[in-house]
Amino acid sequence: MDFIKNLAFFSILLPMVSGPVSSVLHGKTARRLSFTAVGLSGIFSGILLWYTLYTGEPFVYKMGRFAAPYGNEIRVGCLEALVALAFCLIMFLSLLGGLKFLKRDIQEEKQNLYFIMINLLLASLLALVYTNDLFTGYVFVEINTISACGLIMARGWGRNILAATKYMIMSLLGSGLVLISLSILYGITGHLLMSNLHESIVKIMEEGTYVEPLTVAVGLFAVGIAIKSALFPFHAWLPDAYGYSTCSSSAILSGLVSKGYIFLLIKFFYRVVGTDIIRATGVDDVLFAFGIAGMIFGSISAIQQTDISRMIAFSSVAQIGYIYMGFGLGVEMGMIASVFHILAHASGKSMLFVSANGLSEVSDGSRNYRDLRGSAYRHKWAGAGFLIGSLSMVGIPLLAGFTSKVYFAEAAMNAVPVKMIITLIALAISTILNAMYFIRMCITVFTPMNEQYKVEGFKGGLTYNLSMACFIVITFVLGMLSDPIFNWISQGLSQFS
Amino acid sequence: MSKPRKDYEELKSVRFRRFIQGEREISTEVSMEEFQRQMDKEHEEDERLTYNYLNRPNVEMDPQADAKRFAEITGMKRFHKVYVFMAFVLCICIIGLLIYNVAYMPNYGSADAPTNNEVSEKYLEDGQADTGVVNMVTGMILQYRAFDTFGETHVLFIATCAVMILLFLKGKDEENAPHDPELDPEPDMILQTVARFLVPLVMIFGIYILLNGHLSPGGGFSGGAVMGAGLILYNAAFGFTKTGRFFNEKVYDILKVGSLALYAMIITYCLFTGANDIASIVPLGKVGAILSSGLILPINILVGVEVACTMYAFYALFRKGGF
Repeated sequence: MDFIKNLAFFSILLPMVSGPVSSVLHGKTARRLSFTAVGLSGIFSGILLWYTLYTGEPFVYKMGRFAAPYGNEIRVGCLEALVALAFCLIMFLSLLGGLKFLKRDIQEEKQNLYFIMINLLLASLLALVYTNDLFTGYVFVEINTISACGLIMARGWGRNILAATKYMIMSLLGSGLVLISLSILYGITGHLLMSNLHESIVKIMEEGTYVEPLTVAVGLFAVGIAIKSALFPFHAWLPDAYGYSTCSSSAILSGLVSKGYIFLLIKFFYRVVGTDIIRATGVDDVLFAFGIAGMIFGSISAIQQTDISRMIAFSSVAQIGYIYMGFGLGVEMGMIASVFHILAHASGKSMLFVSANGLSEVSDGSRNYRDLRGSAYRHKWAGAGFLIGSLSMVGIPLLAGFTSKVYFAEAAMNAVPVKMIITLIALAISTILNAMYFIRMCITVFTPMNEQYKVEGFKGGLTYNLSMACFIVITFVLGMLSDPIFNWISQGLSQFS
Repeated sequence: MSKPRKDYEELKSVRFRRFIQGEREISTEVSMEEFQRQMDKEHEEDERLTYNYLNRPNVEMDPQADAKRFAEITGMKRFHKVYVFMAFVLCICIIGLLIYNVAYMPNYGSADAPTNNEVSEKYLEDGQADTGVVNMVTGMILQYRAFDTFGETHVLFIATCAVMILLFLKGKDEENAPHDPELDPEPDMILQTVARFLVPLVMIFGIYILLNGHLSPGGGFSGGAVMGAGLILYNAAFGFTKTGRFFNEKVYDILKVGSLALYAMIITYCLFTGANDIASIVPLGKVGAILSSGLILPINILVGVEVACTMYAFYALFRKGGF
């Protein structure tokens, strides 16, 4: 066996080991360790992406002496490696961009605790991406939930603790539903490994026994993940959680945490149940309806906000709606568009949060849009990042958001006529609504200010500018060089089943 | 004759009904002045929470905005009633769905249920030869599905860390923390005498469960929980000063990180050699002996230490905010 195949295991293990070690280190050393772990995991994922594209087929890696279904195993294909690479990269850049705010917002003695959360969050995200076993997935969903809570309340304000409590309750409800679904699935199939589960489920559908429990299990799993990833009617926890936490936390939570769950749901649809059976149960229609509702109502809520962070947070609800809408279209292309949107939204939303924090930093710490007037001139990099991110979210050509909208429209053309019409109309309305709040905010921050707001001797800081520049480059790359990424995604998805 | 209204309102049944309906225990007819005062107070609270560190001057109150908020709050009350009712209906629906689902599930414990397949057969038949354990549950969680258990141990670890972020008093907070005489209570004869008897027994029992995990029901998780309970009992009887002599923050850090790091090393060795089909150099030993089953015994001990630390840390953090 090639040594390269071990890298997936190492990329999960490395952050998992550096987490506990951070707890006895000082904040500064823990930070360096954390950056190293995230960076190395990203490099490993990059090598794996190259390897899986080079060999052209996915491989499974058994975790331990005993082959599945007796032991655990992870599976690495080009899609998994691509998503893992994107997660590591975005986490690295979010940390880099939020470094200055981190030092200000979090007590110095507790900074090493913050990096424990970061490390274990990354480990759990990578495990969710690579896992080939539903129960391993559930274990890491738990780690993911708790570490996300830690990230939300790290700032220590009253509002953060309230937000963390909200998040905890909703998220545990989601975990509970997922666990019930897993026990039902185990009860009717006797397996936890994805490929064995799939075989048993196909058999169940042929024989007609246990069809009802299967439907219930699929429904519970989808609802559980939908709650955890803030699909429209379950988004009540989201604005507080994203809006009030420290810069890196907001960026990581909005960009990565919900996406990890969604990726698990994709694996569940493709590798466990199979897309045909999903369509037969009608779960995709429900997700389609909620996705469309999320696209519209998320944007309407965002328009009503005066706080820039809360506005961006509500825009997340709309974007998550896009992703679920893609699931619900019921065509291969829709799924590819959704996966592409996961990447586009993860990078775009993290960039927006980092830049919004930069803008409010030069506006006396206020996040109200009235106080942000002209802030783009005071902090040029943040202004540029916010402009590019907003335009990408609205869907201006050359940028990532536009490409994913084109893919969604293309997917709608292949879907059944009713869904096509609804999707196209919803895309149009949502784009207009997006433009209404993002362009308003852009005009506000680019309106020249009066003199009294000038911040003397302000410097953005090298790390901040560097991360902003990288985010801008990623947005352009996703927008203009989307063809190879599109091919990798479709290749990965076709290897899923 | 009818009861006075006040008595009537304090009846349990009335209060329960109001609770179900989601009504608050405040009179619904709030005068505008009183409402204004309440709002001012809430405003202040909000300002303190949001803008405290920004040192912003207080925002001027706008009477129109408060009138709007008054309407908002009465609307909220109506909404709240509907909300509670809908939540009730939703719960009933989900309960019904799950009960309906159970009717279609395979019978629990029946021989031809799908769960009795080749996986559990393999665990029961080859388990002893593969892992060298007598208690198959331990063999399954620590050898066959070692990675899941490794993750599960980290769930405990990260839970303590999350509580630490919330409650740990360090640096400035620690100096400002009010001294609580309850933390080192007056010696309580009964409790201390009982603890003097019980703590050694509990600890020994915990260690027994821990070390016998591969032979009889038990293992790291349950043994660690018993040991943690013993530590908590000692602390409750003798206070933090006395416990701190042998279990302070330094010891806690060393035990916790040491056990997790060693566990990670063992797991890396197991998984790496297993995945690459390299023969393991650890002998399995004679089945049934205390020193057998290869790496399961050390893993059990490490997991036990981690669990005991977690239990005690939760207690100490919630009680005092430190060790």
